[in-house]
Order: sequence, then C-alpha cells, then structure tokens
Amino acid sequence: MKVAIFSTCIVDLMFPNIGQAMVEVLERFGCETSFPSKQICCGQPTYNSGYHKETQKVFHNEVDALMSSDADYIVGPAGSCVAMLREYKNLLKDDPQYADKAAAMADKTYEFSQFLYRILGVRDAGAQLDAVATYHRSCHMTRLLRERQAPYELLSNVKDLQVVPLPRAENCCGFGGTFSVKEPQISRQMVDEKVNDILSTKASVLISADPSCLMNIAGRFSRRNEKIKIMHIAEVLNHNVDPARIRFADQPVNV
Amino acid sequence: MATLSTSNEPFLTRIKESEADKFMQKSVAKAQDAQWEKRPASRKELGHWEDWRNLGEQIRQHVIKYLPDYLEEFSDNVEKRGGHVFFAQTDKDAVAYIKKIAQQKQAHKIVKSKSMVTTEINLDKELLKLPDTSVLETDLAEFILEEDNWDEPTHIVFPTLHKNRDQIRKIFQKLGYKGSNEPGEMAKFARHYLRRSFLEADLGITGCNFAIADQGMINLVTNEGNADLTMAIPDTQVVVMGMERIVPSLKEAEVMDNMLSRSAVGQKLTSYCTFAGPQTADESDGPKDFYVVILDNGRSKALGTDFEPALQCIRCGSCLNVCPVYRHIGGHGYGSIYPGPIGAVLSPILGGYEKFKDLPFACSLNAACTDTCPVKIPLHKLLIKHREVMMDKMKIDHSFNNVLMKGAGVATATPIVFNIALKGGYLGSAPLAKKSKTSVDNFFHYGHIEWAPSLAKGWTDVRSLPRPAKGSENFRSWYKKHQAAKQAQAKEEHDNG
Ligand code: SF4
Repeated sequence: MKVAIFSTCIVDLMFPNIGQAMVEVLERFGCETSFPSKQICCGQPTYNSGYHKETQKVFHNEVDALMSSDADYIVGPAGSCVAMLREYKNLLKDDPQYADKAAAMADKTYEFSQFLYRILGVRDAGAQLDAVATYHRSCHMTRLLRERQAPYELLSNVKDLQVVPLPRAENCCGFGGTFSVKEPQISRQMVDEKVNDILSTKASVLISADPSCLMNIAGRFSRRNEKIKIMHIAEVLNHNVDPARIRFADQPVNV
Repeated sequence: MATLSTSNEPFLTRIKESEADKFMQKSVAKAQDAQWEKRPASRKELGHWEDWRNLGEQIRQHVIKYLPDYLEEFSDNVEKRGGHVFFAQTDKDAVAYIKKIAQQKQAHKIVKSKSMVTTEINLDKELLKLPDTSVLETDLAEFILEEDNWDEPTHIVFPTLHKNRDQIRKIFQKLGYKGSNEPGEMAKFARHYLRRSFLEADLGITGCNFAIADQGMINLVTNEGNADLTMAIPDTQVVVMGMERIVPSLKEAEVMDNMLSRSAVGQKLTSYCTFAGPQTADESDGPKDFYVVILDNGRSKALGTDFEPALQCIRCGSCLNVCPVYRHIGGHGYGSIYPGPIGAVLSPILGGYEKFKDLPFACSLNAACTDTCPVKIPLHKLLIKHREVMMDKMKIDHSFNNVLMKGAGVATATPIVFNIALKGGYLGSAPLAKKSKTSVDNFFHYGHIEWAPSLAKGWTDVRSLPRPAKGSENFRSWYKKHQAAKQAQAKEEHDNG
C-alpha cells in the first residue's frame, strides 16, 4: 500500500521526531511511504484569520503537491491539519480547476491513528510504555474529523501503559492557531485550566494526536515550570515495539 | 442601558475585568460543567439526536427561506383572531409603537416576562419615561437585574449567571427582605412580591419562543410560569418577537420545543409551555387586546447572505454553555446582550463591525458550538466568514500585522507562530534561544524561546516556544536520508540476492 506523507508544517519545522515515528510505524505495517516535497502547509493559519483570497494559492499548492504521487492514501500526524485537507472538498467545490482534484484528495486523506485503526485494521501496534498517561483529545480531531475512537483504542492496547481520563477533556486547550498569538489574555486562561486538569490526573505523560495542541500545552507547562513528558501518539506507538504483540481487528485477542 | 451593546469599554479592558471577577468565572464554569452532564443525557433520552438535529435544521432553514410568506400567514391569522400585528423596522419603531399602546390603554402598571428581544430594544427604560408608569420584570433572574439598578444580562438563558446568592440577598434587602441567602427562601420572597403586581397590572409584555404561522398563536417556554401569568391576567398583551422566530404549525413547534428545553437546560420540557393568543369568547382569561410586534432591527441584513443560518437560532444558549471562551470572559467580556458563539456571530450583523469587530476573533475555532447547536448553525465557520469580510473585503486591519500575515499566505503559507522559524529557522532563532533545561525537555529538543518580538510575542507572553529544528535535522531532511538509506539497503539486497 502506497502512502504519501503529509508532514504538516509544524512537524516539518519543529518536531521531526514525530514525523519519524509516524514513518517508522507506517513502514512497520508494510506501507510504502513517499514524501511529496512541494507540500508546505494546509493553509489554516491564513484562512482561519480571514485572508481567503491569498489562501487559495496555498490550497492549490497543497493539492498539487499531495496529489503529485500515485499514493493510495495520504496520512498526516495532526488531526487538525487532516480535518482541513478534508474540508478542501467544500472550500474548493466552486473552483472549476481544483474541485475534483481536491475532493479526490480529501477522500484519501487520514490522520495517522485513524489510518492505522480504520484502514490497516491495527488494534495492537506492538508498543510498550511503562507509564501513567493522560490523553488530550483535540477539538478538530474529535469535532471536525469526527474521530473519537481510534487513538483511545490504540492506546488502550499499549503494553504497561495506563491511560487515565482527563477531566473536562471536551474543553479546548486554548491553541486555536493565530488565536493563541492574537488573544493571549484569553488563551492563557484556557491553557492554564488545561494544565491544571492535566496535573490533577497525576499522569507523568501527556499524549495527543495533534502536535500544535501539544506545543501549546507544553509551552505553558514549561513557562509554569511544571514537569511533564509530552508524547505524540506516533511516538507512543513506536515505543519498544515487539512485533509478536501486533494484532489486527480480524484477529482474536489471545493468539 | 441595555441596547444590543452593553459596554463602552475596550475589549481588552472587559476581558481583564472578567478575569478579575473570580466569582463569575467560577459560576460559569460550574454551570458549564453541570450542563456537560445534563444536556447529553437529556438528548440521549430522546434518541437519535442527530436525526432530530437534521429535522430542526430543516424546519428552521425552510422557515427562513420562505420568511416573508410565513410572516404574512402568521399576521393574517393573528388578525383573524382579533389581534393586531405591527412590523417594526428598527428598535425605535418598536418602542414608539409599544409606548403608544401603553398610552392609549392608559396603562400604568406594566409586567414583563423574560425576553431578550425587549432587552435588545431597551424597552423597559423607554417605558419608564412615560408618566406614572412602573415596569416590573417577573422572571426571577430579570427581576434581580432590574432591582440591581438594571444590571446587564450575561447569558441568554441564565441572565444572572454572574451573580452570587449574597449579592442577590443584598438586592432583595432593599425591598424589605430579611431572610437568609438560601435560594429557595429568596425565590419565595420574590414570588410573593411579584404575585401582587400581577393582579394590579394593566399591560403585560412577553417575548416569544415560536410564533405558529397557521394558528396565529404564540408559544412560550419558561421555567417559572410567570410568562403564563403575564399573558393571562392583564387585559392588554404585547408580544415582541424577532422576525425569524416563526414555525409553520404546531407540529414543528412541538419538535422545536422538545429540542429547545433539552438544549437549554438539559431537561425534558421546561415546566411551562404555553400556546396563546387573544382571549376567545369561550375563554375566561387571556388578553382582550392582543398585539404582536415583529422586529427586524438588522435581521434582514443576513437574509440571502452567507450569514443567513444565524437566523435559524432558537436561543437555547447551549453554544454559550460549551464555549471555552465564554467560560473565561463571560457575558460581560462580549459587551453584547447576545454573548457567546451566537453573540459573536449575531452582534456584528445587527450592530455592525465597528462596534463588534473583536468578537469574531475572540474564538479558538474549537467548534464545540457548532457541534452542540440543535439547529446545526455552523457557528465557527460563520466566525471565519466574519473574519474574511473584515480582512479581505473591508480591509480592517485587526491590530495585527497585515503585511506579514499576508506574506505568510502568499510566500510560504507558514503559520505566523513559526514566524521565527520562517525567518531563518534554527539559525535565525539563535539570538532568542536558550539552552537551559525546561520542565518539558523531552519535547523541546533544540532549546526554547522565552521572548520573541512582533508577531510571536503574543505566544511567548504566555508560553515558551520550542526552538525550531536545525535545517539539517528537520523532518524533510531526515526523510531524504531515510529514503536514501532504504534504497541503498534495497540495492544491496538486490545485488546480493
Ligand atoms: S446558535 Fe444554536 S446553540 Fe447557540 S443559542 Fe442559537 S440555537 Fe442554541
């Protein structure tokens, strides 16, 4: 199965380790990966700020880049950015040149954990992590991409990992793209409440499928000098993997 | 004061005041947390919630699409029943008309039940200008606001969410209350105080949850039953409604009522659900004179535009109850009688961008509102639309660096948070970066930035920023090496095999 990697600009520039973990996991499951090098960004920062005309070019570039390979699927490590690529279908529906291409792209684009769970049918990725962790479900992953199951199920099968529920998981962490920069006074209060809720779980690891939320929460942890280990779900699923533990949906639990 | 706008202070000042009001923040958080439990439970009880939402959306969309026809049908039917209908273009028109009725009827004791739209047109204060006239709010929460020197509501369903019981007790003490701060006792006092006024009232004013087009009747949903008394006792009745508040028939009203109370308060049906019109020959109570004022006041500006879905709103308030921004800045922060997500969408439509330009930006686009809205208004998308109108069409530079932002869109499409990265990445950030340990070191591989200039300042005011990866170590560089290694390995295997 051929998979084009949608790195997202944040992983590309800031968190190469997340991209690496994702590629390693995908290849472990037999995916033939490629990296369309003309890709830059999904365009959310400018589009969500209201600069719609300028963003059209960004959309076009991203569609052209990601559709330049013959990959069966496009997979990215961020629920929010993947939700945006899916939204291209609506955003470009009246664009005579790009409507069809954008729709075709949207239909084969998946967030990393979603792809493992729903397309590859992975239930146990074979990973092991001895820790108590809590999971931040990002708003875009759950509400726009509507993926509320895959990451939880995959994490629940990581050996030795205990995932404790995060209170008020439904509240936004205060990132919101440019919102975090434009409205720091509001964003600070939101991320503070999130940090407090995470601390209340006593977990030593925070996991999420959205690097930008993690960057926001981590940044506040750092500023408040509170200790936490931050991991993207791809890093967790790539941790201490024993291939013998790998299990798929169509396999019974005790093999 | 209560027109649409509730404050003349700048947005930032209002946010600061809200943050200082710890009581308000706590009580909003408590109410939100409680509703996160109750609301989904009561919706689940109904079953097939998503199907209900689709139905609710269809009903509301349909009505808005054929609004002129339904308004005509409704007003014909009100008149057939002997009532009168007045179409008010503006708040002033509505107020003038209602004042005229009060004068004609020589009404001096006016009772009102909860209605956002009468707050929008500043009706209470205007009526008080009439000689020898008293106006009494009979909804408990509105009554508290009135007695507190006409304080502003901060929620469309729970107007006094920002007040605590001690504050309320103090307000009641001015009216002779001597009891404790126990809510039940205070409510009893208020009820007693209010009941007397009902019997003396000669004019009743209510809002309207839904106007039933084919019946010419008004549907009111309340928790306290005071709206029913407001309608039943005084001889003259004035109903004020936004022009979009209409449903075709009782069938649709039933659907909407069902969704409204579950969304608003997380319960099956609110305690009192009334359908009313003028008193008929076989009825012993109800108004003899029945007037309906249908208000435009800027609503028609949304018709036929991208903002039309905002008119589907049934004012359930559930978008406020899930909004993490409302959670912290409260009703006061929005500076509009319509706060929260629907307020941020509606206020610029009704009151203009000049006054409400900050609201569409005060949103993290987390879409909790869109997800909960019973009539499926794409609230967060409409906020992005407002941003587009301001940035692309009106070129209002929202105190943000327009040139850089556009530069980001055109040249590199890289988010401004990564502006530093963009300006030379790892090397460019050298003067700002620190190597010292942080408490999240496993995530900040290349150091951290504690203060950054211009665009990224808003970020570093609150949070540390991880330093970007070295160019030679960013993801695409790694991937290239990774591919090369894989290819070399494949070649070796091929050559050996
Ligand atoms: S926008 Fe939707 S959720 Fe918000 S008050 Fe209106 S109907 Fe309720």
